[in-house]
Amino acid sequence: MPRSLMQPEFLVQRDKERCIECKTCVRQCGFGVHEYEEARGVLVSNDSECVSCRRCVVFCPTGALQIKKNEAYRENSYWTEDRLRDLRRQAEFGGTLLTGMGCDRTYPIYFDHILLNASQVTNPPIDPLREPIETRVYIGRRPEKPVPASASGCGIPLTGMPMQVSAEVPAAVSAEMPCEMPKGAATVELGEMAKGPTTVESGEMATEMPPAVKLEIPVIFSAMSFGSISKNAILSIARAAASLGTMFNTGEGGMHRDLEPYKDHMIVQVASGRFGVDPSYLNAGRIIEIKIGQGAKPGIGGHLPGEKVGEEIALTRGIPRGSDAISPAPHHDIYSIEDLRQLIYTAKEATEYRKPVSVKIAAVHNVAAIASGAARAGADIIAVDGLRGGTGAAPKMIRDNVGLPIELAISAVDRRLRREGLREKVFLIAGGGIRCSADLAKIICLGADAAYIGTAALLALGCHLCHKCYTGNCSWGIATQNPYLTRRINPELGSQRLINLLTAWSHELKEIMGAMGINAIESLRGNRLQLRGVGLPENELRELEIKQAGEAM
Amino acid sequence: MEIIEGRNLHYRELNQRVRGLLANGADRLVLRGVNGQRYIGAGLTDQACLEIEGTAGNNLGAMMNGPSVSVAGNAQDGVGNTMFSGKIAVWGRAGDIVGYGMRGGTILIRGDAGWRIGIHMKSSADRHPVIIIGGTAGGFLGEYMAGGTIVVLGMTGDGINPTDTVNPLVGNYVASGMHGGTIFVRGTAPQWQISNQVRVEFVKPAQCGELLLRIREFADEFGLDCSGLLQETFARITPLGVRPYAHLYDHSA
Repeated sequence: MPRSLMQPEFLVQRDKERCIECKTCVRQCGFGVHEYEEARGVLVSNDSECVSCRRCVVFCPTGALQIKKNEAYRENSYWTEDRLRDLRRQAEFGGTLLTGMGCDRTYPIYFDHILLNASQVTNPPIDPLREPIETRVYIGRRPEKPVPASASGCGIPLTGMPMQVSAEVPAAVSAEMPCEMPKGAATVELGEMAKGPTTVESGEMATEMPPAVKLEIPVIFSAMSFGSISKNAILSIARAAASLGTMFNTGEGGMHRDLEPYKDHMIVQVASGRFGVDPSYLNAGRIIEIKIGQGAKPGIGGHLPGEKVGEEIALTRGIPRGSDAISPAPHHDIYSIEDLRQLIYTAKEATEYRKPVSVKIAAVHNVAAIASGAARAGADIIAVDGLRGGTGAAPKMIRDNVGLPIELAISAVDRRLRREGLREKVFLIAGGGIRCSADLAKIICLGADAAYIGTAALLALGCHLCHKCYTGNCSWGIATQNPYLTRRINPELGSQRLINLLTAWSHELKEIMGAMGINAIESLRGNRLQLRGVGLPENELRELEIKQAGEAM
Repeated sequence: MEIIEGRNLHYRELNQRVRGLLANGADRLVLRGVNGQRYIGAGLTDQACLEIEGTAGNNLGAMMNGPSVSVAGNAQDGVGNTMFSGKIAVWGRAGDIVGYGMRGGTILIRGDAGWRIGIHMKSSADRHPVIIIGGTAGGFLGEYMAGGTIVVLGMTGDGINPTDTVNPLVGNYVASGMHGGTIFVRGTAPQWQISNQVRVEFVKPAQCGELLLRIREFADEFGLDCSGLLQETFARITPLGVRPYAHLYDHSA
């Protein structure tokens, strides 16, 4: 047997002139790269353990450390270093390759091929410093028409939404309905709600609104469970959500008791493992989210390895210590849209129709039809998670090769829902790779009501995208349960960083909107006229439903 | 005791009435003429008795935490789905996915149950879910099971022939991915029907306190004489480990 063919991915370079041997690097590294050899009295680095998370670089008081890429492999533009490294590792150890965070491959980034519009002369821009620009949105189902108060409890007719469209378009046909529907066949019945009479009593509408939650900014912290990230990281996010007037999401980890003060800003998730789900959990959150899929690993379940299931996680998830926390790929009570409807209505019944119910799906090739099904199944909110979405652990081949960029997915979902008359009924959240306020503005113009951010939030907390979340060794104290490491996040300071980030995004979004002459998110949503494509072929422009840069309004 | 006439009531109205009566302090409700209404008892947290006459629809007692439900009739799919505590006793048969993701409490089915029973049941320090099936169970029994107890008594049908290569009381893929809890199946445990991630031992109720307890619980609930079962042999299925799939992943980095 030859010795291992694996070479270190990174090289630690220590400037001996600058190093004062304070051993900060030894203490800071979660992966055990740096070591002080007592016998020789020197600091040494084990390069092969280095993941380039740069914790030591940032914390070295004299700037003595640098991390360099190790050019261990002969250059080959087909057998790239990543391919060679993975192949050799599998040849030596076998097993599915794991990774963390989102897909980092070089697929097209549509955000970077879309330009925003601004007003000049004919439609003057609005100055956000002088005039109000509304970034507030209400998350939940919208009543399409006023509903008589007597119809039922909260404005939804007893029958809910029918599972089939009108007689002209049989259900079987509608599922495969092309985007361009023939004229005359496009009337989609939306249940008694649409047909119901409009009641006006004493000059006032007697409409009862379905439950909805106010968001001050159209950005929500996406699902990250206690387990995948540390309690201090979750507390940072929860505090920031409360302070910013938006929401955070528990993920499938149950609700830690320390989150109690923030429950008015909490989305509780129900996924296939049903960890921590009970009536008090469902009632604690403002919104219930049924997780079908995740952009980082569509079609794959979750798997928190037993070694991470310590006392607190066991208690929060309701499982024994040390046991694997497995969320199967499917919900075994959902094998169809009709079954999805049953879980949605179980959640609604269990909470007396007081909570909007969200369905989170991964962006896959048939995402538009699936979203349409979810809307018909009674989802008040549909969250679509794109290819670039992050994860605490996923098989690398799945993360890097399955799914759709969120820009294309949200455009397709928005188009499908509009053409079927469903778009105004549901709230659409886009997640998976929103990096800045311009991405946020663009995804709203492509049809989203709001965006989920996960990776961006963790970056604000210190994440350096080393993709090693699944090891539990996170030097930044985020994706770890090691108490020595988790103390590195102070929820007060962490939340302030998130508040700073989103306050800045909010200002920028207002400037972008003001420049367009638009003063409310409602007017920005689906407003593709504000977008132009650069360097995109015609079919991609068509999918995004945007014009080529240079074309006028 | 309060009576609700369920016939021709939409599930939403039926369940609203149940909640209304419980809120007014009723502790025993009789639901008559139930014909497939869904979500009865879903999410209820009261310590009340619900007696259902007729056929209970899908997701009976789903996510509930506390009530005691009995069904004089059959129940459809999803009995006790994601149930947290309480008791459900079905005097007839039950459909698929009984006790999916169940965390605590007891479900007793006097007759047969469908496929995917007790998938992903799990226990914790203070909760131990139990499903007892009087008749037979379909395929994928106890898949991904992470805790609790499932018992299949097999009191319906033609019984077991020990020389047969099939145990007719359960389907295929029993205990796939099981990593916690215990399954008791009366009779044999042919290898092809059962996952290779588990250990199988054969016990008689007299030697196994838990099994004896569950048989008595079942007999008491339905007023049956189960003494014949005490002489029978049961396969006791327990997981080989709490990490069934750890070996599939690369842990070198």
